[in-house]
Amino acid sequence: MATRLKPVDVVLVGFGWTGSILAQELTDAGLQVLAIERGKFRDTVPDFATTHIQDELKYAVRNALFEEPARETLTFRNSSAETALPMRHLGSFNPASGVGGAGVHWNGQNWRFLPSDFVQRSHIEERYGKKFIPEDMTIQDWGVTYNELEPYYDKWEYMCGISGEAGNIRGKLQSGGNPFEGARARGYPLPPLKRSYATAIFDKAAREAGFKPFPCAAANTSQPYKNPYGVQMGQCTYCGYCEWFACGNYSKSSPQTTILPVLLKKDNFAYRTLCDVTRVNKDSSGKRATGVTYVDVQGREFEQPAELVILCAFAQHNVHLLLLSGIGAPYDPKTNGGVVGRNYAYQITSSVDVFLNENVNPFMGAGALGQAIDEFNGDNFDHAPHKFIGGGYIALWTTGGRPILQQHGLPDGTPKWGSDWKKARHENYLRSASIATHGSVMSYRDSYLDLDPTYRDVYGNPLLRLTFDFHDNEHKMSKFLTDKAALIGKAMKPRSIKVNYREGHYSILPYETTHNTGGAAMGTDPKTSVVNRYLQCWDMPNVFVMGASVFPQNAGYNPTGTVGALTFWAADAIRNRYMKNPGQLIHT
Amino acid sequence: MGNPTNVRTLRISRRNLLRASAIAVAAGCGVIPRVAWCATPNSSTGSRGSEAFAYFTQDEIAFLDAAVDRLIPADDLGPGAKEANVTFFIDQQMAGSFGRAETWYMQGPWKQGTPQQGYQLKLTPAQLYRAGIRDVNEYCQRTFKKDFSELDAGIRDRVLHGLEKGDIALRDTPAKDFFEMLLKNTGEGFFADPIYGGNQHFAGWTLLGFPGPRYNYINEIDQFGKPYTLPPVGLAGRNGSPAKRNV
Repeated sequence: MATRLKPVDVVLVGFGWTGSILAQELTDAGLQVLAIERGKFRDTVPDFATTHIQDELKYAVRNALFEEPARETLTFRNSSAETALPMRHLGSFNPASGVGGAGVHWNGQNWRFLPSDFVQRSHIEERYGKKFIPEDMTIQDWGVTYNELEPYYDKWEYMCGISGEAGNIRGKLQSGGNPFEGARARGYPLPPLKRSYATAIFDKAAREAGFKPFPCAAANTSQPYKNPYGVQMGQCTYCGYCEWFACGNYSKSSPQTTILPVLLKKDNFAYRTLCDVTRVNKDSSGKRATGVTYVDVQGREFEQPAELVILCAFAQHNVHLLLLSGIGAPYDPKTNGGVVGRNYAYQITSSVDVFLNENVNPFMGAGALGQAIDEFNGDNFDHAPHKFIGGGYIALWTTGGRPILQQHGLPDGTPKWGSDWKKARHENYLRSASIATHGSVMSYRDSYLDLDPTYRDVYGNPLLRLTFDFHDNEHKMSKFLTDKAALIGKAMKPRSIKVNYREGHYSILPYETTHNTGGAAMGTDPKTSVVNRYLQCWDMPNVFVMGASVFPQNAGYNPTGTVGALTFWAADAIRNRYMKNPGQLIHT
Repeated sequence: MGNPTNVRTLRISRRNLLRASAIAVAAGCGVIPRVAWCATPNSSTGSRGSEAFAYFTQDEIAFLDAAVDRLIPADDLGPGAKEANVTFFIDQQMAGSFGRAETWYMQGPWKQGTPQQGYQLKLTPAQLYRAGIRDVNEYCQRTFKKDFSELDAGIRDRVLHGLEKGDIALRDTPAKDFFEMLLKNTGEGFFADPIYGGNQHFAGWTLLGFPGPRYNYINEIDQFGKPYTLPPVGLAGRNGSPAKRNV
């Protein structure tokens, strides 16, 4: 029997980026907020100290900061004709566990989505006609526009202390920035990071090839920075241990480095760690959430009543909890009815390894130190001749030269072991770089999340089941992007290049990207979305869902900037609309 | 079932004793210093230097030395995996949480999946090594009348290629899975920080020109093309074989 606890105004399921932002914003509005986190508490001191955090084996290879599949995983299959099997160890993506969430171990690659991304279906229909969209492609408009989100992107970027070069300020193009980005009200709070040699070579080659390269916006501070909450960050030292690691230097934006020092002092905020939320509870009408049930580290079950329940876990975990709690109709691919689990999407990446003549010291880097071109993202180019939808950026990142996992490919014909392999590593480690393509993935009728009929988690609940594969549209788009990347690679005048197309089925390993999206899509129609434009559940107005789980399809950019902007947008709606009149904010 | 002693030195430190004890408790079999694996086969033990092997038997150590020596050989570019102590690294990994697949989802039902569905064996990494080494030696005895470790380098290469491609069918162990794990862990051992027992004297990092985890490149990053000349440093400092200090 669960112990019933004292009610709070707001309970947050998960204490990562979205939970931290909401906690900060809603406690400012005077609400009593409680965050429940499945992982441990951790902070820069002592957990991330540079004396031990730069440990590639422990963090990047053995996954010390990520969720453990033994406790929580999903099953996977490429199509509904197959039997899904458990993801037994991490592979294709690395969700976090612990306070700060993936905000602790991300690179800090920070982007805004394009204005056209938010009106994906109507934009494509308008420019190319309805027939341009394949019948099984279930893309939709987000219900919120870029212009509406712009002030919230701004808020996110100034909270994080983003280092970058604006490309478009109030419609006026800025030299050196991304000319394709949506108009922004002002520039970034910090100038770009220093360039690495490899990004400088990429920049020159891309210009010669006729493109407009720019320094990628980074949640790695190029200079000391104090954010609007009054939290101080230090200058990035280019140590090359960002992604999969925590920053010991207060230089990578994370909840710990931007929000928690202020939030944790508040009397109207509390958090509980090592607690797994297993259900969102409903009242007898089934139309209102009464709080959540969670299990603590001793296996004790608690019922935490709350007026407002906000799901702030990683994308697929939010969907899992909605399905386990029976909130919203589960999606059924056979009838195309139901919504929860619908429109799961991902991203499609590829690379071109470039074997240079120059010594580029790859170990000096930062998680978001990159140079990119955006000519082929979103709808920045005419898709009519190409017969596919979507795109992506092409970038050369210098995130570090960690020796176990960060050797880019080796020249064609190199064996996988033995003396010739050893020689190739010796000759190429200091003289290679890799150009990445980062492509969008549209949503499809046959790509979805539901509950697995066979496999169970540690609490006896059904695991989430992922059914997903790449479609022709994405393969075509990725090939197109990769060929463009190869063009730039050749223009870098290297000894040789190796082109790594993304071909064949999606696979649960090896690592590709942790940009899983969808399953609780936002939209304008309750028949095709779980949440409305304010991320509020259509079926249960006192439940909100944050994070990339609300993306109706995925764009060709890293998602965190958009996740941050959407969270501030939703926080604003809760403070200024919902609190004044609790109930459904959108009437259809 | 034998009674192997897994701490190889006569000088058993308190620290190793505690570690051995913890492993014994976790594995739920035996008391110190009869530790490690319930399924440890009968095998005479030995020592090499001052390392305290925690999981592998003498025969398994011989196998691994002979295998990692071919995967990353010593040559005119410098020491190979054997010299960098990668066998000891793998041993320590197998005795720890990775070897026990502690963080993996290891509940049934067990089924063979598609390649896209990833690892679906019932074996933990430590169990995969034990079964794989046994089966490769059995194959080598059947084919060459010798253990793998007794074969010439060229023949060992042939066997390793056969495992890699799946051309050699082992009695019980999926050859490709075993090879893939072995190759991956060998690379890890050659390039991981020396505190884990491999990459001794920074053999792997020196091969590449990686100077180790350093705190600050603010002044160096934009000196394009200039070689970085400071010697490697690890998490335990300039000492390239810190793991041995514990014994």
